[in-house]
Amino acid sequence: MANPTQPDWQALAKLPAFHELLAAKRRFIVPATIFFLVYYMALPVLIGYFPDLMKKPLVGKVNGAYLFAFSQFLMTFVMAAFYMRTARKWDAMEHALLSSIESKNA
Amino acid sequence: MLSSISSTTAAIQFTPALGMFLAFVALTLVITYFSARKATGSASYFAAGRSIKGWQNGLAVAGDYMSAASFLGISGMIAFKGYDGFMYSVGFLVAYLTVLLLVAEPLRNAGKYTMADLLAYRMSPRPVRAMASLSTLMVSIIYMIAQMVGAGGIIKELIHVEFAPAVIGVGALMLVYVVFGGMLATTWVQIIKALLLMGGAFALSWMVLSKHGYSMSTFFDSVSHATYAGTAPAKNLLDPGLKYGAAVNPWGPLDFISLALGLVLGTAGLPHILVRFYTVPDAKTARVSVAWAIGVIGVFYILTTFFGFGAATVLQKAAILTADGKENTNMVAPILAKALGGELFFAFISAVAFATILAVVAGLTMSASTSFAHDFYTNVIKHGAEAKPGQEVRVARITAFFVGAIAIAIAIFMGPTANAAFLVGLAFAVAASANLPVILFSVFWKRFNTAGAVAGLGTGLASAVILILLSPNGIFGKTGAIFPLENPGIVSIPLGFLGAWLGTILSKPDPNSEAKFAELNFRAQTGLGSEKAGSGH
Repeated sequence: MANPTQPDWQALAKLPAFHELLAAKRRFIVPATIFFLVYYMALPVLIGYFPDLMKKPLVGKVNGAYLFAFSQFLMTFVMAAFYMRTARKWDAMEHALLSSIESKNA
Repeated sequence: MLSSISSTTAAIQFTPALGMFLAFVALTLVITYFSARKATGSASYFAAGRSIKGWQNGLAVAGDYMSAASFLGISGMIAFKGYDGFMYSVGFLVAYLTVLLLVAEPLRNAGKYTMADLLAYRMSPRPVRAMASLSTLMVSIIYMIAQMVGAGGIIKELIHVEFAPAVIGVGALMLVYVVFGGMLATTWVQIIKALLLMGGAFALSWMVLSKHGYSMSTFFDSVSHATYAGTAPAKNLLDPGLKYGAAVNPWGPLDFISLALGLVLGTAGLPHILVRFYTVPDAKTARVSVAWAIGVIGVFYILTTFFGFGAATVLQKAAILTADGKENTNMVAPILAKALGGELFFAFISAVAFATILAVVAGLTMSASTSFAHDFYTNVIKHGAEAKPGQEVRVARITAFFVGAIAIAIAIFMGPTANAAFLVGLAFAVAASANLPVILFSVFWKRFNTAGAVAGLGTGLASAVILILLSPNGIFGKTGAIFPLENPGIVSIPLGFLGAWLGTILSKPDPNSEAKFAELNFRAQTGLGSEKAGSGH
C-alpha cells in the first residue's frame, strides 16, 4: 500500500473531486437502474395480466411475448455496453483524484 | 448402502459417455494438483491470490452461474411448460445488470474474502458476520441441492448407477477440488466447463435447427403447434401462461411476477458469485469480468430457446418421461442430444452437464466454507485473530466436508424428480431477500447500522424460508398450503428491505458506523486501500 498510516477518511470524503465522482456515477446509475428494472418487470406484468395481447403473433408465429423477452437480452447487452463506456470516464476522474491525494502526501 | 454401491458397480459398462466423463475428471484433477502446489496462505486459497484476469474471471463467473438449473432445469421447464420456463432465461441474465451497476465494483473495492467483509466494515463485526454466515450457508445449501439432484439424474443415465451413490460420487469429487485446490482450482474448473457448455449449447441448437431445415420460421411454426411428435394434443408452447397463467391458477400471474423479482435481485446476493469478484486485482477488472459474463451467459440463454422448445418438436413424449410416467424435467437436454446426435453426442452433452454441476457445486462449497471459516470461525469465535497461521484454511476445508454432506443428504431425500431450475429459483429468492438489502444499504446509506443489518438479514432469511415451507411446495402440500405462491420473493424481498430499514431507524444512530461510512464510501468508490494481488495472508 502506498500509504502506511491511515488516511483521514473524513477529510477525503469531503473533497470536491470525490463529490464530483459520486455525482457522475449517480447521474448514470440511478436512471439506468430504474429503467432496466421497469423494462424487465413490465414483461411478467404484461404476460400475467394481458396474456391475450402478448399471445398475438407478430412475426410469423412468433408472438409479442417472445419478442419482448428477446428484447430483454438486447436491452441487457446495450445497457452493459453503455455502462462500460461511461465507467471509463469515472476511471479517469478517480485516477486524477487519487494522484492528487498522493502528490499532497508526498 | 455399501452393498447397493458394490452391486451397481458391477453393472457399469465402459461407454463413450463414461470415457468423456473420465477424461474431464482427469483433466480437472491435474489442474487441482498444480493449483494445490501454488496455493499457500489465505489470500491464495480463498481468492486465488487475486491474480485472475478479467476475461478469465468472466468465464469463471459464467461457469459458476450456468448451473444444472440453467442447462438441465430450464430446458425441461421450457419443454414441458413452454414460454413460462423462458422467464428463467430472461431473469437469470438481466440480473447481471443489478450486479454490474450496483454491486461488483464497490464489493471488490471494500471486501476481502466474503460478502460479510463489506458489512463488517461499518458494523459491529460479530453479530453481522454470524448472520451473514448463516445466510450464506443457507443459500449455498439450497443451491447445491438443486445441482446434486441434477447430477444424480445425469450420472444415473451416464453410467447406470443408482441415484444415491451417484450423488455421493459427485459430492466426493467436488470436495477434492475444493479441499486440495482452493479457489484457483475451482476457477479453472469453471473456465473449462464454461467453454465446454457453450460448445455443447451451440452444437445442440445447430442440430435442432437442422431438423427444421435451418429455417427460423419453420422452427417457430412447429413450436407453435408442438405435439411431442404426434403423441399429445397440439399446444402452442410459445403462448405464455401454461404454468403461471390465470387460467391455470388464479394466483399464477402474481407468482410469475414474484419469480421474476427474485431472479433479477437474487444474483447480486448469491455468495458464490460475490466471492468471484475477490479473485481479480481491482474494481475495473471486476467490471470487465461482469461484462464478459453478460456476453457469454446472454448468448447461452438465447440458445435455451432452441434446446428447450426443440425438445418439444423433436422428441416423442414417451422419451421425456421417467419409467414411472413422471415428467423427467432434468433430462430433456441429454435425451434430445441422444435423439439428434446419437450415442456419442449424448455422451458429450452428458459429460458437459456433469462438468457443469461439478464446477457449480465446487464454487458453492468454496463460498460456503470460506464464509464459515473467515466470518464465523475466525471473526466470531476467535474474535478476529487467527489462532495459528493456516488455521482459517484448515477450518474451511473441514467445513467443506460438512456442507457437502448436508447437501448430499437432502438431495437424496428429495429424489431425482425435483426440478433443478425451480429449486435454484428458491435460492435466488432467499439471496434477494436476505443478502441484497444489507449489501445495498451498507454501500449507499449513511445511517445504516448494526441493528439494521442483523434485522435485515434475519427477516429476509426467515421470511423467505418460512414462506417456502408454507407454499404449495412446502410441508403442507398443494392442498393445505397457507401461502398461495410458489415463489416467495414478492413478499420476502420487501420484508428484507423493511427489516433492514426498521432495524436501523428504531435503534439509536451509530456514530461509529456513520463515521466509517465516509471511509467505506471513499474506498468503495475509488478503490483506495483495497487489497491488491499478492498482498495479505
